[in-house]
Amino acid sequence: MAIDAGAKGKRYPAFSYEVGSEKIREYARAIGEESPLCDDREAARAAGLRDVMAPPMFAVVYSAGAMAPAILDPEVGINFALMVHGGQEFVWGEPVCAGDTIETVAECKDIYEKDGKGFYVFESVSTNQDGQEVVRGTWTNIVRGV
Amino acid sequence: MNAGDSIPELRVTPDRYLPHRYAGASGDFNPIHIDREFATQVGLPGNILHGLYGMALVARAATAAGGGDPRSLRRLAVQFRGMGVPEQEIAVTGTVAEADGERAVLETVAEQGGKQIIRNAVAELGPLRHN
Repeated sequence: MAIDAGAKGKRYPAFSYEVGSEKIREYARAIGEESPLCDDREAARAAGLRDVMAPPMFAVVYSAGAMAPAILDPEVGINFALMVHGGQEFVWGEPVCAGDTIETVAECKDIYEKDGKGFYVFESVSTNQDGQEVVRGTWTNIVRGV
Repeated sequence: MNAGDSIPELRVTPDRYLPHRYAGASGDFNPIHIDREFATQVGLPGNILHGLYGMALVARAATAAGGGDPRSLRRLAVQFRGMGVPEQEIAVTGTVAEADGERAVLETVAEQGGKQIIRNAVAELGPLRHN
């Protein structure tokens, strides 16, 4: 069965996330982040940041609300029983700090078939309240036996 | 940091409840990560680690190699392979592919029990700051 690439190019509504200091600390503890910039407000300010900084991979926290509707979109048609998260890329811009509001827009960038597997590639672009890009993510999901 | 150097290894043994804490912190409550019974019913050895948790360990190892400032991590691209499990040590290792004093490119992998769980992980650092 040929893969349906009809959703390629589809964009999803922007998702807005307010970054809180305790959420940053909770995430930092879970991954074992040791930088004082992610925990201690004074250390963060002394280093020129507005407030405690989110660890780079906190990108998954504020992007999730934008990514879920894209990945779950029936028009994309991913078979979740056979899906694995195959690859992930992030390119970071401005640091994300407590007090920021991050808006993320997701797009279905590509759907293709290779070696009997379906590849579903999504891009997310996240910007802060000043319009600065904070991260660009490329999310690759692979479905066996399409 | 010079091309060809090994980066300091990061070794972490996630405890039994790490997937639950990561689920809460990240918002990803997929039952394959937090429910042993569900995970074994769908053919997994038990509840498995979140792949993005493993990627966060790679990000930490890369940042530490660059001096410890999380702002130095500019890009990280990984491939997920196999699956990680709690209560078994994970080792993130890597080498410096390029370095010019201001920026560096690292190639890393994360292994657990002799199997790669993250491979072809490329991290770009810069500007390098010490913190």
